[in-house]
Amino acid sequence: MTGQDVIKITDLSVTYSNGHCALDGVNITLHTGTICGLVGVNGAGKSTLFKSIMGFVKPSQGSVKIHGDIAQKALKKNRVAYVPQTEEVDWNFPVLVKDVVMMGRYGHMGFMRIASKADHVAVENALERVGMRAYENRQIGELSGGQKKRVFVARALAQGGDIILLDEPFTGVDIKTEDSLIALFHDLANEGRLILVSTHNLGSVPHFCDEVILINKTVQAYGPVETTFTQENLAKTFGGMLRHHRLIGDDLHDDEDPRGLTVLTDDERPLVLYGEEGGEQIRKLNKKGRKRTT
Amino acid sequence: MIDLLLQPFSYDYMVKAILISALVGGVCAFLSAFLILKGWSLMGDALAHAIVPGVVLAYILALPYAVGAFFAGLLAAGSMAAVKHKTALREDTVIGLIFTTFFALGLLLVSINPTAVNIQAVILGNILAISQSDMVQVTIISVICFAVLALKWRDFMAVFFDESHARSIGLPVTALRIAFFTMLSAATVAALQTVGACLVIAMVVTPGATAYLLTDRFERLIIMACIWGAASSAIGAYASYYLDANPGGLIVCLQTAVFLITIIVAPKYGMARGWFVRRAVRGING
Ligand SMILES: Nc1ncnc2c1ncn2[C@@H]1O[C@H](COP(=O)(O)OP(=O)(O)OP(=O)(O)O)[C@@H](O)[C@H]1O
Ligand SMILES: [Mg+2]
Repeated sequence: MTGQDVIKITDLSVTYSNGHCALDGVNITLHTGTICGLVGVNGAGKSTLFKSIMGFVKPSQGSVKIHGDIAQKALKKNRVAYVPQTEEVDWNFPVLVKDVVMMGRYGHMGFMRIASKADHVAVENALERVGMRAYENRQIGELSGGQKKRVFVARALAQGGDIILLDEPFTGVDIKTEDSLIALFHDLANEGRLILVSTHNLGSVPHFCDEVILINKTVQAYGPVETTFTQENLAKTFGGMLRHHRLIGDDLHDDEDPRGLTVLTDDERPLVLYGEEGGEQIRKLNKKGRKRTT
Repeated sequence: MIDLLLQPFSYDYMVKAILISALVGGVCAFLSAFLILKGWSLMGDALAHAIVPGVVLAYILALPYAVGAFFAGLLAAGSMAAVKHKTALREDTVIGLIFTTFFALGLLLVSINPTAVNIQAVILGNILAISQSDMVQVTIISVICFAVLALKWRDFMAVFFDESHARSIGLPVTALRIAFFTMLSAATVAALQTVGACLVIAMVVTPGATAYLLTDRFERLIIMACIWGAASSAIGAYASYYLDANPGGLIVCLQTAVFLITIIVAPKYGMARGWFVRRAVRGING
């Protein structure tokens, strides 16, 4: 693999207090400089995996190591930034957008958390990168859902750890913002960070991920997008849960060409596979998609 | 005229009362900035009642009564935080549950030991009759709380705003929570001596609530709440000289009066602004 190992998950199982087993025997090693997609149905355990990496839920078995440290220690070193799926904050709290992003910098500040010039610059850059600079003086509750989401992404950016975990950052975000977030993730990965992103937009995964984890309580498949994100693995992970359209030979052409078109979708951006078996073209498509976004 | 206005300052006990009230009022206001935001507003009231068993026990054991009060308060705050943490019950339910238990225990102890303590003094408090040793206690408590809050308010803000984020940037969330509730217990004990148990809640709610209507920035909210908390307490104590009234009652009435004015005239969240804006919009449209 390209970068060095940063997150090492060994034999991780998580059982919630109601007895529900959300993750079972997960083994993954993630590397720097990559964007890794995390894909699975609702309730597959994606958010649970994020929370276990952060040490917010206790594993019933196995362990998570970040740069060789347990979560608590890694958090103290400000290595990991995390954008949860839903924010549980009081939207009436008297803080402005820039104050919220500044809180991402607290780990870098001294005892009294007094912001230095560098901290202000980091906050401005982070807001600029998510296109929220114009809103920096708004009270946090006075934003739309997608704008709120972007502010929390900015807070994670400002924090500047080498690992960024994003739990469904694209939900409720428009296409333009999604594209700019994807471009941003590419930049961050090129700077040598690890980005772990969960999403239901199967169609964007080949466009922006280097690796993908297909999960359904256990890891169904994990590896480079080109070889892992195949129809077979997707079918295994999603069972009958995907909208599946296959347009074969006769529907597409009048000639004898046996190739068919497969459209898979779990959300708004469909995954399109073209070929006899419906998977051969994924590599080419991926390359094309890359050019568009980078 | 000037002589009349300066008259209270010629009495040692009045000067002390004014200074101590201002100090306690300032610290309580600082805490109020946090409490109003987390649904913990009734915590001050709850603690003030929950300390009764501690006071009685301290009396029986011949300890200073602030010590008993402090530990009972801490125990109550700790139990509330623990029940809140372990269950999905809402803050108001947890507060109701714990504080009545403690208060009942206190009443039970008093009824078994009828002459043990003057509950009246605890309920009403009287800053004008504060003893030298109590004064030293209150000053020490207030100065320490104020120093800790002034140095670490950003950490407390981060924890109150988004606890899981505070954890993810490596802040010691549990330690900060314990520190906060310890200070709250201590400040409640201090406030008891000034305004009494019944009115403590006003001291840890009203200044914060007033400032909340005036600003969108936490830093300014704290500054406004503190200044107003200290000023209103000093003015209340001062005015009690002329009106021959209970200073606690005066302080709280004053705070409430200003809160009511703020509700109407606050620039962004006041009622008057809504009225003007609607009128202006009607004017443009019609
Ligand atoms: N706090 C909890 N207590 C008990 N069970 C939980 C809890 N949180 C999640 N679960 C269960 O654990 C499983 C995994 O949940 P998780 O939130 O990780 O799913 P997810 O993959 O993030 O789904 P989604 O796509 O809807 O976000 C689900 O079956 C869910 O019902
Ligand atoms: Mg989830």
